[in-house]
Amino acid sequence: MSAARGPVLLRLGGVSRTHGHGDIAVHALRDVDLDVRVGELVAVMGPSGSGKSTLLNIAGGLDTPTSGTVTLAGSELSALDLRGRARLRRRSVGYVFQDFNLIPALTAAENVSLPRELDGIGSRAARREALEALADVGIDDLADRFPDEMSGGQQQRVAIARALAGPRRLVLADEPTGALDSVTGEDVMRVLRARVDAGAAGLLVTHEARFAAWADRTIFLRDGVVVDTTGERPEADVLLREGV
Amino acid sequence: MSVRNGLLALLAEQPMHGYQLRQEFERRTGSTWPLNIGQVYTTLHRLVRDGLAEPVPAQGAGTGDDVERFRLTDAGAAEVTAWWAQPVRRGVPARDELAIKIALAVTAPVVDVTGVIRAQRTETLRSLHDYTRLKLEVPTHEDLAWSLVLDSLVFAAEAEVRWLDHIEARIARAAHSHGASAAGAAAGAAAATQQADKNAEASR
Repeated sequence: MSAARGPVLLRLGGVSRTHGHGDIAVHALRDVDLDVRVGELVAVMGPSGSGKSTLLNIAGGLDTPTSGTVTLAGSELSALDLRGRARLRRRSVGYVFQDFNLIPALTAAENVSLPRELDGIGSRAARREALEALADVGIDDLADRFPDEMSGGQQQRVAIARALAGPRRLVLADEPTGALDSVTGEDVMRVLRARVDAGAAGLLVTHEARFAAWADRTIFLRDGVVVDTTGERPEADVLLREGV
Repeated sequence: MSVRNGLLALLAEQPMHGYQLRQEFERRTGSTWPLNIGQVYTTLHRLVRDGLAEPVPAQGAGTGDDVERFRLTDAGAAEVTAWWAQPVRRGVPARDELAIKIALAVTAPVVDVTGVIRAQRTETLRSLHDYTRLKLEVPTHEDLAWSLVLDSLVFAAEAEVRWLDHIEARIARAAHSHGASAAGAAAGAAAATQQADKNAEASR
């Protein structure tokens, strides 16, 4: 499905995150190593409290590790000051949430172009990028609709377009199918998969194995530790040939 | 079982000979359950014996079609109608190696149950990835029958993963509250056997 993998876009090296000290210390993540390459979608699964959200927040530079390194698009986050980190985050990372998180008073195109305007590009250029991003997720015809005039699946497509508008290449998706029925959820996964295959990278937190299966590999967290990974995606149709 | 009913359903559409039936069955189910031709003819002969199908009388010489074709009798047509109308009854759960393995593992003294569960989950997820990849290669509306068969495999694999998550959590909880005692083992064994029939259903 995905073409040859590109360079590493996100690298976590020995990342640990501890809240509190001493006896009451909570180890949200322990010594996590993870590479996400361009063209690659990685799913993260695990029970509540296993560290999935912490992992996503650290990957996006919203939280900082207690130890270990996070390298995003070639820059190590800890080497940057607050402003540099914010700039890198804005340029490189987009988020997709369960509840879409679109601004209700803005149209689809405005929702997508707003973060780019905040990046400082002109509104006309931002609009052009937004329309391209909406076309990439198959809903450029809905550009001037407001969120409440769109279905959940359409809103989530807008959110994916927003996450990957302009130069952004890494999409961090937190239960993006959580509010959708299973057929619509699958459509959204198809879109996410296609965007990643077209040159983005993605980290997908989900508790549904069916959606994790759209990723190239799945890692399991338990108590902040990666306990398992499915490894690289194998060649398909092996199973069917062996007779299921 | 499903081969018999599957062939009846296909014959209800039009008379066919054995090779045609096999081809059609595999095409319509995405070659997921390949049939061998011997199986097809054995089944056909049973259908004839039971009065559900009959050979189509030869059309006379010169047609070049000397392979025997079969069609449904009225009784066969009624059987197909009844099959569509009735839900599939799973009956007694098939013996499921995984459920048996886990039930035995939780009560065995030296087995790392969590390791067994994790290895299985990795494997099941790998199949799930495979099915999903195949789905991606089927343009959605082009081959609906095949993509529905894939969906059935996808949901069955997902159910198995959820079951594995569930018993892993139960075993962890039991071990936590009672120490690593027989209670944990019993909880795990109960979870494994309880789920055995659901799982058998899922794996058809």
